[in-house]
Amino acid sequence: MLYIPLWKKILIIGICLLGLLFASPNFFTREQLASFPSWYPKSQITLGLDLQGGAHLLLEVDFDAVQKEQMASLADMARTTLRKERIGYTGLAAKKDFVTLILRNPADLEKAKSLIHNTDTDVEITSAAEGQLTLRFDETSLRARRKSVLAQSIEIVRRRVDEMGTAEPFIQQQGDDRILVQLPGVQDPARIKAMLGKTAKLQFRFVDMSINAEPGKPVPGVDILPEERDGKTIYLAVKKQVILSGENLVDAQPGFDEYNRPIINFKFDSLGAKKFGDATKNNIGQVFAIVLDDKIIMAPHIQTPILDGRGMITGGFSVQQAQDLALLMRAGALPAPLNVIEERTVGPGLGADSIASGEYATIIAILMVAAFMFIAYSFFGAIANIAVVFNLILLFAALSVTHATLTLPGIAGIALTVGMAVDANVLINERIKEELRNGRKMLSAIDAGYNRAMTTIIDSNLTTLIGVALLYYFGAGPTRGFAVTTSLGIIISMFTAISLTKLILAWWIGWRRPTHLPI
Amino acid sequence: MGLHLIPYDTKINFVSKKNIIFAILIAVAVICLGSIFTKGFTYGIDFKGGLLLEIRTSGPADIGKLRSELSDLVQGEVTLQEFGSPNDVLIRVEQQPGGDAGQLVALNKIKAKLGMGVEYRKVESVGPKVSEDLIRNGIYAIIGALVAMLIYIWFRFEWQFGVCSLITLAHDALIVLGLFSIFGLEFNENAIIAVLITVTYSINDTVVIYDRIRENLRKFKKMPLADLINRSINETLSRTILTSTTTLLSLLGLYFFGGPVIAAFSLPIIVGILAGTVSSITVSAPLLLHMHLREDNELGELSKS
Repeated sequence: MLYIPLWKKILIIGICLLGLLFASPNFFTREQLASFPSWYPKSQITLGLDLQGGAHLLLEVDFDAVQKEQMASLADMARTTLRKERIGYTGLAAKKDFVTLILRNPADLEKAKSLIHNTDTDVEITSAAEGQLTLRFDETSLRARRKSVLAQSIEIVRRRVDEMGTAEPFIQQQGDDRILVQLPGVQDPARIKAMLGKTAKLQFRFVDMSINAEPGKPVPGVDILPEERDGKTIYLAVKKQVILSGENLVDAQPGFDEYNRPIINFKFDSLGAKKFGDATKNNIGQVFAIVLDDKIIMAPHIQTPILDGRGMITGGFSVQQAQDLALLMRAGALPAPLNVIEERTVGPGLGADSIASGEYATIIAILMVAAFMFIAYSFFGAIANIAVVFNLILLFAALSVTHATLTLPGIAGIALTVGMAVDANVLINERIKEELRNGRKMLSAIDAGYNRAMTTIIDSNLTTLIGVALLYYFGAGPTRGFAVTTSLGIIISMFTAISLTKLILAWWIGWRRPTHLPI
Repeated sequence: MGLHLIPYDTKINFVSKKNIIFAILIAVAVICLGSIFTKGFTYGIDFKGGLLLEIRTSGPADIGKLRSELSDLVQGEVTLQEFGSPNDVLIRVEQQPGGDAGQLVALNKIKAKLGMGVEYRKVESVGPKVSEDLIRNGIYAIIGALVAMLIYIWFRFEWQFGVCSLITLAHDALIVLGLFSIFGLEFNENAIIAVLITVTYSINDTVVIYDRIRENLRKFKKMPLADLINRSINETLSRTILTSTTTLLSLLGLYFFGGPVIAAFSLPIIVGILAGTVSSITVSAPLLLHMHLREDNELGELSKS
């Protein structure tokens, strides 16, 4: 009867003390914490962007562009494969998700099929009458490709954001085609958006100077690409074959040339250096083009072979442009364009105001609940209030240790938790009162009150947790913050409202030996 | 000695009044449904897509002038509203044509027009794809919560309890949705949270009452069901009202002192919790009377005798 074994007492007190310890860093500044001994916990509650201010970007990978590129290269592959074996065809066309062509001689069908299949085993080939072939990639390879494009995009986004020196960025996959980027403290995400909006596909290709390049007039084997030169746009015929791409770069840094104009110094890896050396040695006098996202940034004549793998780009940049471009070159190219589909920024002023009003409202809410509980149950209300205080301390500790994010709805969740946390005590106290009325003795009434209220408490809290879990599962940022504080609060309340209050009650009874309960 | 705020020996006959109560609640539900289907919701940018800016001007803002200036810049409707103080203005702009890119163009135009003199406290731009997902996820979350709770109650009690609680919950959700529709409150992500909290809270109250009914069904095998249900409701009445009061107190604290964002968030929850408490007491338990709850019990008794 109201006997609590020693180990249980120690456990309850231990949890409360640990809670105090792990919640305490939140009441010190970072500087103060740094001077504390090393065993002292230092992690504080992470504030959501809505509270600390910052930018939130939701990016979507443009898989349509990936598909378009994929189909173009599939058509290219079919063209070179069939030409090499001198198999005649007409009507080669890249459609949205397949490539079609018609063989001039239907007798070539089997041969063409096996040739294409041998070049790329991921290609599914279906044939119709009159030698028509339809090529497409099989489902598994498409899915694998999408997955790797997304993973690679996240990696590049992370590198670019890191390179820009943003403090504690948060980058995460959302769904199967989105990337969430959260940048605490960033007020104007315009520059970051601009940096993420470029695929930054860098290529080194030769220019065919014999072709008179005009925009809108395609020539086989080359691309007609624009170059900005002295404020005018000129066009050059750039060979499709890529000598080197950005993947071979190991470094790119902004700098200045001897006329103090901003430039970019870059360096290839050993393989790139060798390729570049060979290409420049064998093509003295030729023009090559440095192409970024289908725009020529520079097209110099090769005067001497470049064997050390180092080079520089002088494109008439501003200092900022040179810095940005060097950053993009270092971070690497995105495998697909990214679109910003959602953008939210919160200023630090609003964040601070939200914290202040949230704190204020929560404290008032807690005081009102505490006063009410005291009025309703006097001494038992006071015990419940102690439980609520420890509930909050443990909640703070749990939020700090798990690095869960506290958002504005999360603060509301704390206040709501307080209102709901006393529910268990209300259930217990009402039950004790009822048992007393039914003629039970004091101690057995307390015992029965706790035991009988238990099933009810568990049933009602579990149903609540179900609802909150769904909220977490389907919700986004701030909603999840709410779900996290509420569910943690409910779980903790099962401990504080039951075990802790029982312990306090047992002590009190042992100390005062009352003859009746002040309930 | 605590105050007896709620007398412990109430003997209110909820069951006998159930037809009047049901009629009133059905009428309220019909009004809510009617408003949802005819008037619909005032969707926020979370659901509709569009732009939202919260700015602070150095002096009191001339909203009329700002509105006409901004309306010329972008397509569709621009709404401005004072937000908390005369210096704070909330600007909402409808979804812009041209997808996400068009949206950003409009945002830059607005920022250029407002110039450097204002503080941007909040800037949001939501594209149409995001809002589609939010609507879908919101509906999934609510339906998912209802189904999960139905299964839990079914598992812990009997299927009859599950069905009655589901009807009660659907009613509560409808009232909160109706509140948004009738008063034209902005329907955003927080609205979904409000509905889910209402549902969660109401099930909590309902479970406590059901728990007592289950206990009394074992204790008083011969008591007429109507009396038994009345007794159970009355026995748990003080708890139901006390907990609702503590929760409402904390929500009122949030509503009056939490600033405009938290206030907008807590209002529907306050209404929802009131509705949930009332319906838990007056609907969830009396409905059980129509569910042939006792058959098994009575058979059990017969076989024993």
